[in-house]
Amino acid sequence: MGVEFIYPEFEVIRNEARCITCRVCERQCANEVHSFSEARGMMISDESKCVNCQRCVSLCPTRALKIVKSDCVLRENANWQNDTIREIYKQASSGGVLLSSMGNPKPLPVYWDKILINASQVTNPPIDPLREPMETRVYLGKKPEKIQRTADGNLNCDLPPQIELSMPVMFSAMSYGSISYNAHASLARAASTLGILYNTGEGGLHEDFYRYGSHTIVQVASGRFGVHEDYLEAGAAIEIKMGQGAKPGIGGHLPGAKIVGDVSRTRMIPEGTDAISPAPHHDIYSIEDLRQLVYSLKEATAYQKPVIVKVAAVHNIAAIASGIARSGADIIAIDGFRGGTGAAPTRIRDNVGIPIELALAAVDQRLRDEGIRNNISLVVGGSIRCASDVVKAIALGADACYIATAAVLALGCHLCRTCHTGKCNWGIATQQPDLVKRLNPDIGSERLINLMTAWRHEIMELMGGMGINSIEALRGNRLMLRGVGLNEKELEILGISHAGE
Amino acid sequence: MKRVYVNEAWCLGCHLCEYNCAFANSGLDDMVLALKGRPIYPRIHVEEADKITYAVSCRHCEDPICVKSCIAGALSKEDGVIRIDQEKCVGCFTCVLVCPYGALAPNKDGVMQKCELCLQNTCGEPACVKGCPNKAIVYEERGEAL
Repeated sequence: MGVEFIYPEFEVIRNEARCITCRVCERQCANEVHSFSEARGMMISDESKCVNCQRCVSLCPTRALKIVKSDCVLRENANWQNDTIREIYKQASSGGVLLSSMGNPKPLPVYWDKILINASQVTNPPIDPLREPMETRVYLGKKPEKIQRTADGNLNCDLPPQIELSMPVMFSAMSYGSISYNAHASLARAASTLGILYNTGEGGLHEDFYRYGSHTIVQVASGRFGVHEDYLEAGAAIEIKMGQGAKPGIGGHLPGAKIVGDVSRTRMIPEGTDAISPAPHHDIYSIEDLRQLVYSLKEATAYQKPVIVKVAAVHNIAAIASGIARSGADIIAIDGFRGGTGAAPTRIRDNVGIPIELALAAVDQRLRDEGIRNNISLVVGGSIRCASDVVKAIALGADACYIATAAVLALGCHLCRTCHTGKCNWGIATQQPDLVKRLNPDIGSERLINLMTAWRHEIMELMGGMGINSIEALRGNRLMLRGVGLNEKELEILGISHAGE
Repeated sequence: MKRVYVNEAWCLGCHLCEYNCAFANSGLDDMVLALKGRPIYPRIHVEEADKITYAVSCRHCEDPICVKSCIAGALSKEDGVIRIDQEKCVGCFTCVLVCPYGALAPNKDGVMQKCELCLQNTCGEPACVKGCPNKAIVYEERGEAL
């Protein structure tokens, strides 16, 4: 109260004429917003606890509920906006670093929305994917410089290890600990059925999921949690995480409260201890050091598995990628500044890093200019929202995309951006058993499969429209893209022409 | 035969099944009109203890003890489904005493009622199954004898 009082951000609007006081809202809200007042014979709410996750709205059988943004606001000020002032109040009260979850919500440019895709008309016919074959399969890994033949003239088919994907999309890293067992089960099962890969994140691989290993990327990050020989052997590929789009330059911190039971065992750390991933890998201070880790991991797995190096999109990304391409890594994954997170300091999430579209274009061009594009596959993530974003990314030069926010949305996430509280009402970003069970992997995996199937259809439709019947023929085909409302510099970096040119 | 089964692992204890059941058997097409401001008499009940929750309704036993015990001949078995003729029920509560699942309970008039798989109402399929938000309640053939 008094100087510390901040008016609640949301209001719970209950249509009393419809409410049957079934108390589903009360039972489903982990934030304890709703309660039944015996004295008043009605449901009441404490909207100060509401995070607008819409769980109650979604489960109310009579649609009696809605959550709206409060219109109790401070005097309008274009410079000192309400959110800015609230953050100052919060910090003046707590003295702490502000925490946020999920991707950067600021109105910074989304270049995907300023790029348009070509289609064939008259002179080159479009292809109907329902009637003609259309290939969305991709292989990630080092490609040979040229065709090589053995002494007897046969083709030398010994390729470096490759990952085969039925479509150019994978589920990106989300650790067991940051998300629940059932969320991981959903991702693992969906990836296996779809013929794509999901990523363990830095939390190890739960023993129950080793059977999905051929569709799993196992991550090795700066904390090295959960890394052991069987873990490395279990996956289809190994990812070294150097950085994350939502929080470039800083590490991770999973609070001890979440290190319980299987999470503790899987991470190989005692229960209740904080899992702190350092900002740097303490053994990597150069490309040469990175090369040592890449080859250590390759050596440990008999050179059978591709090694991915994941970095956040930052200012010198093209030079960094060039170094990674020379480090012996097979795949480079770049995470743009809009990528999600289970928790990040707000200032870092909202202000550090660069857009993935520009990073991708710059990296692809740099690797081509240096003649080393074949050395490495390029995977991009950081808010790939739909099939057309995938198509644009491929045309800008990516081999495949990483999605995570879209995947958790399919699992039920309503993007309330309070993962860091650990009380996810949708059973995703929580370890509380009564909340975890809200995500039934039968439903979760089916919804992920539906989403990816839909995207694959859309990718084929978009490719067909361009007269392209193979995703390989689209990669780096920037002539298929045009910019709208972009300045000369932006077009130059993206390597595309303006619409009308 | 197809039966209603509950998987405790996915039951959220939200009690929506009870409300969907009461609504489906209300004969009304407006949930608010059917349920607002009055006690409900569902034919499925959520059992709760120590954070474990699961819904229980009639198992439609192969050898139903309730049918055997009914003094008025109100309970019968038709195509595997245990049905109740409420006109015949005298409200003696014998079935309530003998049912090991607690599947029978009186309605608001003191007459016994039980789950009849929504075959006698207009829902078409069990309303508890249709409305379960986490697929904890399923309606399927498991080929087992109960």
